[in-house]
Amino acid sequence: MKKRTGVLLSLALAAGTLLSACGKDDGGGSNADGKKDAFKVAMVTDTGGVDDKSFNQSAWEGLQKFGKDNDLKKGTGFKYLQSTAASDYAPNLNSLVRDNYKLVYGIGFLMQQDIQKVAKQQPKAQLALVDSVVPEKNVASITFKEHEGSFLVGLIAGTQTKTNKVGFVGGVDSELIKKFENGFKAGVKTANPKAEIFVQYAGDFNKAEKGQAIANTFYGKGADIIYHAAGGTGKGVFTEAKNRSKNGEKVWVIGVDRDQHEEGMPENVTLTSMVKRVDKAVEEVSKQTMDGKFPGGKTVEFGLDQDGVGIAPHKENVSKDALAKVDEYKKKIQDGDITVPKTDKEYKTFEANMKK
Amino acid sequence: MNLIKGRLFHILVPVVSVLLGLLIGGIIMLVSNYNPISAYAALIDGIFGNGYNLGETIRAASPLILSGLAVAFAFRTGLFNIGVEGQLLVGWLASVYVGIHFDLPKVIHLPFAILAGAAAGALWGVIPGFLKAKFKVHEVITTIMMNYIALYTTNGIIRAYMLAPGERTKDIKETASLASPWLQQLTEFSRLHYGIVVAILAALIMWFILWKTTTGYELRAVGFNQHASQYAGINVSKNIVLAMAISGAFAGAAGTMEGLGTYQYMTINNAFTGVGFDGIAVSLLGANGSVGIIIAALLFGGLKIGSLTMQSAAGVPTELVGIVIALIIFFVASSYLIRWLTNRFTKGGKI
Repeated sequence: MKKRTGVLLSLALAAGTLLSACGKDDGGGSNADGKKDAFKVAMVTDTGGVDDKSFNQSAWEGLQKFGKDNDLKKGTGFKYLQSTAASDYAPNLNSLVRDNYKLVYGIGFLMQQDIQKVAKQQPKAQLALVDSVVPEKNVASITFKEHEGSFLVGLIAGTQTKTNKVGFVGGVDSELIKKFENGFKAGVKTANPKAEIFVQYAGDFNKAEKGQAIANTFYGKGADIIYHAAGGTGKGVFTEAKNRSKNGEKVWVIGVDRDQHEEGMPENVTLTSMVKRVDKAVEEVSKQTMDGKFPGGKTVEFGLDQDGVGIAPHKENVSKDALAKVDEYKKKIQDGDITVPKTDKEYKTFEANMKK
Repeated sequence: MNLIKGRLFHILVPVVSVLLGLLIGGIIMLVSNYNPISAYAALIDGIFGNGYNLGETIRAASPLILSGLAVAFAFRTGLFNIGVEGQLLVGWLASVYVGIHFDLPKVIHLPFAILAGAAAGALWGVIPGFLKAKFKVHEVITTIMMNYIALYTTNGIIRAYMLAPGERTKDIKETASLASPWLQQLTEFSRLHYGIVVAILAALIMWFILWKTTTGYELRAVGFNQHASQYAGINVSKNIVLAMAISGAFAGAAGTMEGLGTYQYMTINNAFTGVGFDGIAVSLLGANGSVGIIIAALLFGGLKIGSLTMQSAAGVPTELVGIVIALIIFFVASSYLIRWLTNRFTKGGKI
């Protein structure tokens, strides 16, 4: 019988710790409320997580820089919440809004629906969505002119291809990735009208083996440069290029979203990367919001002008000739002499105009 | 001194497992430099703290109840249905299809969409059931394979025929929706929907079929001993197919919770949702009984939703809740250990 009471006692103790835990939490809650006036900013990652080596990571870097510049504390002044499944987006966004974060980012177009819902339910919240547009008064939509950046790497590919064949691997066939494809094709054709361009979509952003298979086909057909806009699928393109490079073939990959120079090491297969400065965008919109100029209901587009897109800082593999072209056309785009195509239709017109 | 045996033991094992899981989870937090007390405080706050969290917990539990029932039902007939995930996906797609493409009054449309999901799940379950009954192909292998077929087929169908911007289908019509503005308002705009009613009804249905009908008796008999059942004149093959069909129907209904309730559409899934696999854990913790499964599903739903607050309020990664859940399962599975320990305690060291 004695031992029985022992079990009961330990159960009671366990319950006690749980209950005392309850009490402590209330204190934490009211503390957070006390700092109501301080500017707080946070972001919700998509399922890629904060270390995805792509836009989630980039956005967090931007937020960290903003926090540092403004003496905000990590965890209370600025922070991120990770989503393990798509069903976590809404609760994560909601909990940040509830915790009085003045600005809450949803990173990635997958969160569009959830942002829209939260925006409607919490009209006082200020939200921002990266990579897609939500037409609500309290949502700032951040998009990029990916086609312009892709045009520049297209120029490089067109100039540096030895076989006059280049490839494009897309993640999922969608409006967004089409911008990459058409900008790239226009760039290649501008620098090298004779070049042949292979295009294929993997149908997935997280299938490295599929990316590798497509790269294998492209390189096999004689392409020597492949541009990927395929997230994790693109890792397979790098693997294939590295394997071929080990066997003495000279092939290149053009990276996407951030400087993917490291991904190409040690074989050094990254020609250049089309960088999308999600970090700059996040920093900029945070600044505007802190200054009371939250761009709600607007679409903030980051292009070449704001250095929102461009080529990566690692330039040792890019020829001088190609760099000169990049500078030349960058100016032309900025001056409005050239309009880079976004859609298949615009590309057709662009191609037709070129032939004249 | 035999108190610990029998019915009480069945209740004690899950309870002790949960406590041990939380305890060891806390130790792991301590080792990795997190404060377990504030973490668990945040966890509890994240489950019960406000209407929103409570609503989300119940929402997360609804499909878990159904997927738990699916696993349990098959298990009662001696089958391991690892294919709940796949059956859930096809059920999800079927319900969304009906939700989008039919124009019916709500009283017909909503039940029709749920039944369509259940029927699709049942169909997906019948295939491994048939293979098992006819060719003795082990259902564990086939159901696992069917998961992949379901994942890629549903993705393919959405991509080819139902794609809307944002990697998903269009929204379902209002008349097929389980969502309830009233429940949402009540819970500070959580995504709580009427699916919980469906889930509890399904739990009742399972209890009724298994314990109050001849079919249920036959199903359980097959589960206990196939050869004896056959000798007693029970058609074993028929019962295996039937069990998989009903199990699949529960799983399909779990899919409708997502399609008609939480999301109102179906996304292209890069990976499995995990709800089907969690069903295995729910059914194990719930000891394959209707009431147990409801409680276990609420617990797991709570842990999952609470982990989000744990992340935001205490800075503890959500993965730690995954560890706690795994530990709980581990202890339930090793119930022998708990039996041994409790007997040690009660018998005062005597064997």
